[in-house]
Amino acid sequence: MIPELGHFALILVFVLAFSLGVVPMVGAARGYTTWMRSAFSLAAGVAVFAFVAFGSLVYAFVTDDFSVRYTANNSNSLLPIYYKVAAVWGAHEGSFLLWILISSIWTLAVAAFSRHLPLAMISRVLAVLGWLIAGFAAFSLFTSNPFERALPMAPSEGADLNPLLQDFGLTVHPPILYTGYVGFSVAFAFAVAALLTGRLDAAWARWSRPWTNVAWSFLSVGIALGSWWAYYELGWGGWWFWDPVENASFMPWLMGTALVHSLAVTEKRGTFKSWTVLLALAAFSLSLLGAFIVRSGVLTSVHAFAVDPKRGMFILAFLGVVVGGSLTLYAVRVPLIRSRVHFGGLSREVLLLLNNVVLVVALAAVLTGTLTPLAYEAFTGGGKISVGPPYFNTVFIPLMVVLAIALGIGPTARWKRTGVRFLIERLGAVFAASVVIGVALPLAIAGAFKWQVAAGTALALWVVATHLQDAWLQAGRRAAGLARLSAGYIGMTLAHLGFAITLLGIVVTSHTSLERDVRLAQGGSAQLGAITFTLTAIDRVRGPNFLAEQASVRVDGDGAPYVLFPQKRHYVAGGQVMTEAAIAPGVTRDVYVAMGEPMDDGAWTMRLHYKPLVRWVWVGALFMASGGVLAITDVRYRRLRVRREAAAAVESNA
Amino acid sequence: MHPVRRKRLIAVVFLLAGVGVTVLLVLRALNQNINLFYPPSQVVSGEAPVGPRIRAGGMVKAGSLRRANDSIEVRFVVTDMQGADFTVVYAGILPDLFREGKGVLATGHLKPDGVFVADEVLAKHDENYMPPELKGMQKSS
Repeated sequence: MIPELGHFALILVFVLAFSLGVVPMVGAARGYTTWMRSAFSLAAGVAVFAFVAFGSLVYAFVTDDFSVRYTANNSNSLLPIYYKVAAVWGAHEGSFLLWILISSIWTLAVAAFSRHLPLAMISRVLAVLGWLIAGFAAFSLFTSNPFERALPMAPSEGADLNPLLQDFGLTVHPPILYTGYVGFSVAFAFAVAALLTGRLDAAWARWSRPWTNVAWSFLSVGIALGSWWAYYELGWGGWWFWDPVENASFMPWLMGTALVHSLAVTEKRGTFKSWTVLLALAAFSLSLLGAFIVRSGVLTSVHAFAVDPKRGMFILAFLGVVVGGSLTLYAVRVPLIRSRVHFGGLSREVLLLLNNVVLVVALAAVLTGTLTPLAYEAFTGGGKISVGPPYFNTVFIPLMVVLAIALGIGPTARWKRTGVRFLIERLGAVFAASVVIGVALPLAIAGAFKWQVAAGTALALWVVATHLQDAWLQAGRRAAGLARLSAGYIGMTLAHLGFAITLLGIVVTSHTSLERDVRLAQGGSAQLGAITFTLTAIDRVRGPNFLAEQASVRVDGDGAPYVLFPQKRHYVAGGQVMTEAAIAPGVTRDVYVAMGEPMDDGAWTMRLHYKPLVRWVWVGALFMASGGVLAITDVRYRRLRVRREAAAAVESNA
Repeated sequence: MHPVRRKRLIAVVFLLAGVGVTVLLVLRALNQNINLFYPPSQVVSGEAPVGPRIRAGGMVKAGSLRRANDSIEVRFVVTDMQGADFTVVYAGILPDLFREGKGVLATGHLKPDGVFVADEVLAKHDENYMPPELKGMQKSS
C-alpha cells in the first residue's frame, strides 16, 4: 500500500511541477498577479509530495518490503538499518528519486527566501525550476520507477546492496553531491528568468550569487567526499583517477568556480554580464551531462554501477532540450545586454577574466579527454580507445600554475586599474620569500629535492602569504581589525587558502608517496621507505552480514609501533569479495595497508602505501566550501532584503 | 585605427593566439596518451602494435590463472571464447571482482613474444556492469 502511495505522490510531483512550469510563466507574460503568486504554493506542493514519495521508498526499505522490485534488488534483511536507508539511493531508480527530492527542496528554498524579489522575476525563476522537476519526474515515472512491484512472484529475501556501497560514504556522498549538482539549476533558472525579463543587471547577480555559492560549496564537499571514499574503499590507495564518472562531477565544479568569480564581477562592477549568464547556463548543462555519463554507462569507469543505455538516451534528449532551449534564448536576448563599464589593462577585472579563461580552458580540456573515446567510437564505427591520466595531468597542471600565480595577485589588485609598480612594491618581497621557502622547506623536511614539490610548495605559500598580507592590511594592521572584515572578504580568503591547501596536498602526495605490492608470509616483513610492515597473524572474523579474513600487520618506524587490521570480506548474501583497507590517518601522512589474495603456501599479497599530506587534498576542499557558505552571510545580502521589504511595504500601502 | 578598436584587436589577437597554442598542446597531449583497445583476435593476429601502451581485454580463461611461487606475479589467459587467446602477465594485486570466466580489461604493452605485460587490470565493477569494450563478447559467449 505504501509503495503505491509513493507512486501516486510521484505522479502528483510531476503534475504539480508541470503546473508550476506553466501557470506562473503565463502569468508573468500576461501580468496576472494571482497566477504568478501561485508559484509559491505550487513549489510547496511539489516539495511536500516529493517528501511523501521519497519517504514511501525509505519505508519500503526499512520494512524489507521485497515485493518492490527495487528494494529486492538493492537491500537485504541482514543489512544494518542505516545501510537500509542509504540503500534507497544505492542504485539508479532511488538515486533519481533523491535527485527529484533535492531539486524540490532547492525550489522550496528559493520560494521561501526570495519573496522580496520582483514577482515577475521570482515567478519565472520558480517556473523554470518547475520545468526541470517535471522533466526529472517524467524520467523517473516512465523509465525508472522505483515503486514497481515484483508481484506475484515476490522474493522472500533481497539480493543485497553492493558491498562496495555498504559504507559511510554512501550515506553522505550522493546526497551532498546531488545537492551541489542540482543547486546549479537555481543559477540556471535565475539566468533563464533574467533573459526572459530582459533584466540582467547587478541586482540579478546579487540574487543568484548566494544560491550559486551554496551549490558550489556542496559540490566541492561532495567531490571531496567521493574522492576520500574511493581512496579508502576501492583498496588501491588512489584518490583521483581522471575517471569519466569523476570528471562528470568535476566539470560542473570547474564551470561553477568560474561562475562564482564571474558573478562577483557582475555584481560589483556591472560588467561580464552576458558571459556570466552563459556560465550559469553551462554549469547546469554540465551537471546534466554528468548525470548522462554516470547513468548511461557509455564510458568505461571504475565507479560505474547498474547502468542502462536506454535511460541514457532520455537524459541525453533532456540535455538537448535544456541546452538547445537555453542557448537559443541566449542568442535571441543577449544582443540587448550592454555593458558601459570599462577597465584598464591590469585590474582585478582582468585577473578575474584570466581566472575564467583558465577555468573554462581547463574544463574544455577535461571535456575533450572525457568524450574523445565516444567521438572515436562514433567516427571509426565501434573502435575503442581510452584516454589515460597522463593526458589530463599534462594539460591540467600548467593551467593550475597560471591560476595559482594570478590568484596571489587577485586580492591586492584594485578594480578598474592597478599600477604594475604598486603590485611589485606590494608583492615583490612576498614572491621572493615564497620561492626561497618553497625550495628550502621540502629540502629541509624530506632531505631530497624534487622540483615539482618545490614549485608546488612555492605556489601554495605564494597564495597563502599574499592573502594573509592583504587581510592584515585590510584590517588596518591591527588584530582587532580582522574581526571587522566583511563576511564576504573572509569567505573569499578562506576559500583561496583552501585552494592552496589542496594544491599542496596534491603536489606532495603525488610526488612523494611510496607504494609497493608485496608478498607476506606469516611472520614475514616488508620495507617501505623507513617503515617496516610485519604480518603477525591472519584471523577469521564475522561481521553482521559478512565473513572476513583479517590480517594483523605491525607497523614499525612510523613513530610508536602500532598494528593495522585490513580485511578481506566475503559477503554472505551475494557472495561478493571485498577488500577493506586499514589506514593509519594523520595530518602529515597516511599509512595504508590493503590485502590482496592468499597464496598457496599461506602467504598473502598486500598493498602498502605511505602517503604524505594526502588528507590536505580533502581538507582544502572543506576550506573552500566553508568559505563559499560564509560569504553568503555577508551583511550586504541582508541589508538588501530589508530595503526591499521596506519598499514592498510602501508599494502595497500605496 | 581608433585606439579603442586597436586595443580590442590586440586583445582578440592575444586571446586567439593563446587559445590556439592551448588547443595545439591539448591535441598533442591527447595524441600521446590515447590507449587503443584490442580484442584477443587482434592481439593474436598481430594487428595490435608491439611496444606502445594499449588496452586489451576479454574473458579470463577458466583454469588459466597461475601465481608465481616467490613473487606477486600472476599470469592468466584472456580469450574471446572463439579461439583467440593470449597470455597476460601482471605484477600486482588483482581487483576483488577478478574471476576466471569473467570479463577483464588490461592496460599495458605487448611484447614481441605475444605476452601482454599489464600495469593495470580492471575487472567488472559489479554484477550488472560491463566495460563497454567487452559488451560484444559477453553476448557471444
